[in-house]
Amino acid sequence: MDALLLQILNGLDKGSAYALIALGLTLIFGTLGVVNFAHGALFMIGAFCAVFIQGLLNLSYETIDETQKDFLGNPLKVKTPYLENWFGPETGGAIIDWAVPLAILFAIPVMIAVGVIMERGLIKHFYKRPHADQILVTFGLAIVLQEVIKYFYGANPIPTPAPSSLAGAFDFGVLFGFDPNAIIYPYWRMIYFVFAMSIIGAVFAFLQFTTFGMVVRAGMADRETVSMLGINIDKRFTMMFGIAAAVAGLAGVMYTPINPPNYHMGMDFLVLSFVVVVVGGMGSLPGAVLAGFLLGILESFASTTWATTTIPGINQVIIYVVAIIVLLTRPRGLMGRRGVMEE
Amino acid sequence: MLGLNNKDTSLFLVIIVLTILAPVLLNPFPTESTLAQFNAGYPDLMQKFVVFGIFAIGFNILFGLTGYLSFGHAAFLGVGSYSAVWIYKLFTYNVIPALILAVIVSGIFAVLIGYVSLRRSGIYFSILTLAFAQMSFALAYSVLSNPKFNLTNGETGLQIYANDLQLFHREGLPDFPHLFGLSMVSTYKLGVGPWEFQLNVAYYFCAIMMILAFYFAIRLFRSPFGMMLRAIKSNQQRLNYTGLNSRPYMLAAFVVSGMYAGLAGGLLAVTDPLAGAERMQWTASGEVVLMTILGGTGTLIGPVLGAGFIKYFENIFSKINDQVLHQWFTFLPDGIEDVLVAIVHPFIGKGWHLTLGILFMLVVIFLPGGLVEGGQRIARLLRRLSNRDKAADATNVSAE
Repeated sequence: MDALLLQILNGLDKGSAYALIALGLTLIFGTLGVVNFAHGALFMIGAFCAVFIQGLLNLSYETIDETQKDFLGNPLKVKTPYLENWFGPETGGAIIDWAVPLAILFAIPVMIAVGVIMERGLIKHFYKRPHADQILVTFGLAIVLQEVIKYFYGANPIPTPAPSSLAGAFDFGVLFGFDPNAIIYPYWRMIYFVFAMSIIGAVFAFLQFTTFGMVVRAGMADRETVSMLGINIDKRFTMMFGIAAAVAGLAGVMYTPINPPNYHMGMDFLVLSFVVVVVGGMGSLPGAVLAGFLLGILESFASTTWATTTIPGINQVIIYVVAIIVLLTRPRGLMGRRGVMEE
Repeated sequence: MLGLNNKDTSLFLVIIVLTILAPVLLNPFPTESTLAQFNAGYPDLMQKFVVFGIFAIGFNILFGLTGYLSFGHAAFLGVGSYSAVWIYKLFTYNVIPALILAVIVSGIFAVLIGYVSLRRSGIYFSILTLAFAQMSFALAYSVLSNPKFNLTNGETGLQIYANDLQLFHREGLPDFPHLFGLSMVSTYKLGVGPWEFQLNVAYYFCAIMMILAFYFAIRLFRSPFGMMLRAIKSNQQRLNYTGLNSRPYMLAAFVVSGMYAGLAGGLLAVTDPLAGAERMQWTASGEVVLMTILGGTGTLIGPVLGAGFIKYFENIFSKINDQVLHQWFTFLPDGIEDVLVAIVHPFIGKGWHLTLGILFMLVVIFLPGGLVEGGQRIARLLRRLSNRDKAADATNVSAE
């Protein structure tokens, strides 16, 4: 029982990341009808927003401390971040420590801007072209974005720790009456899950309860009629692209403490996110979220020693196997709608 | 000739001549000159040209003719390499059985993957093939290399060790892939004045394979079967409504394409007897897509051009560094020289992929037909210009 709970918990954080990326992909696909192969790159750019903020907060100047010697006997050079100088070591240190959460504030405008520029500058010109061309041009864009990041930050993963007060782990076992240390779960993963759920909730609420969202949904159902009513639907769809980019970016920002970001992390997630979208059903937002969590948890179950000893390597292939089975038995995916992407 | 019409025959002859003379043609600069770094006529690179040429020709049979964009073709390349190396390990270094097995195994693989993937079309097909390729990669990389059943040797890659079985290996045969005793590494160096041309056995073997593959592709393009595939591209639904079942045709195209990839994978193992999982990764699948698009989708010569183009510039660009740049720009004043070097710096050396990505985007955006279309456009422009001259002359004459 406790093992079961542990696996579900373990699947939640990866599932959250899948769900967030798949949600963004589906938003773009549902509104603009474009298959965005650069979405993984957006996730990666989000993660590097956190890296950037961390670097920015850690900008420091060097002073020479005569009282201390380094191992060669020279006076020790001490690096002090400007922030500690301005706000004192306590407050300044705390701000630096909270770099990742602070990066969220920075990432939202940046990601929306990136998304809008991408849509207006490039993808706009590809609506009338075949899907294959859209895939190819976004694939090219993904390579370019990756290489740009690689140029600035190198190829190695960059550690971006969570705030130290959130670095510990929570003992779930005690809560449910199991032995202590049976189910321990890092705080940050819990936060990631809650964060993902609130983002997903916010996106759904935005679409469901605001006038803007209503227009967007109407546009998704019948673009032509909406634009005949005198509404500038293109502008709203561009905005949705920005929001989708922001969702992917935030997923990336918050994922950095779980996995140190490197330039190709986006590609790794992208392939799986496509599978998630296909399993959930092309164009279905709840389907994307559901499938994201479902596959995340399935993957974590498949990684248990019991599963890997019974069928070796099941953890590597389970997601693909599920995707193949779903596509063959329910070609529209779990919650796909009729008429969306039938060809 | 050989069942080809005149135009195809001349194209085919041009390809034959170019591949046979490649070691000479690609070495235009004397060995000692500073421009020798632009030479491409050494075996390693030329082998890549022809092997990836085969890969791209095969990919083009699927994508160019039917419009189905497979994002998992590298899986077949990897499978081909693995099967070839297994023949080396178990039986013999002779390349013929290795290639035969590579083609057969990748063909079987293609039947399995194609049967499932081809139930869907469009974007679903791309994602399904991508998923299959990633699955094969994951399997090859980790699962199939456990001690009990080591099929792929995981991260290290499959290699040949001294204690391998090699049933038919005899004394006197080279310890390297060979064709009935003719070792693939042997190279004849032909010195002509300041030039030195390397005539390599493995290159010529691969080149002959490519010529055969190219011939087969021409025949396929011109056959009723090729017609059928084009019909699928232009409108599959209408084809279905006329009562034709298009699925067997699709599957056949997919399998042929997969076998081409398997042949290319086998040839990679001919030039260098090892096989690694990274050959199956989806970046490798992306590369063949790039080659085909860059050269010209749906044309005969395009994929070969694209493969050569990408492999050549990959090689050249990765070799250039800041020092070389400074050498080039020495004639400029110092300040401008440094600025120029700084601007070019991100695109060279390790930044080659950035250049490739930008180039690829530009081609997709402005030149969907690739290099071939670019060439045609230029030719048309030239013809129009010369026609205008003639017309101008004509009016002048009549005015007189």
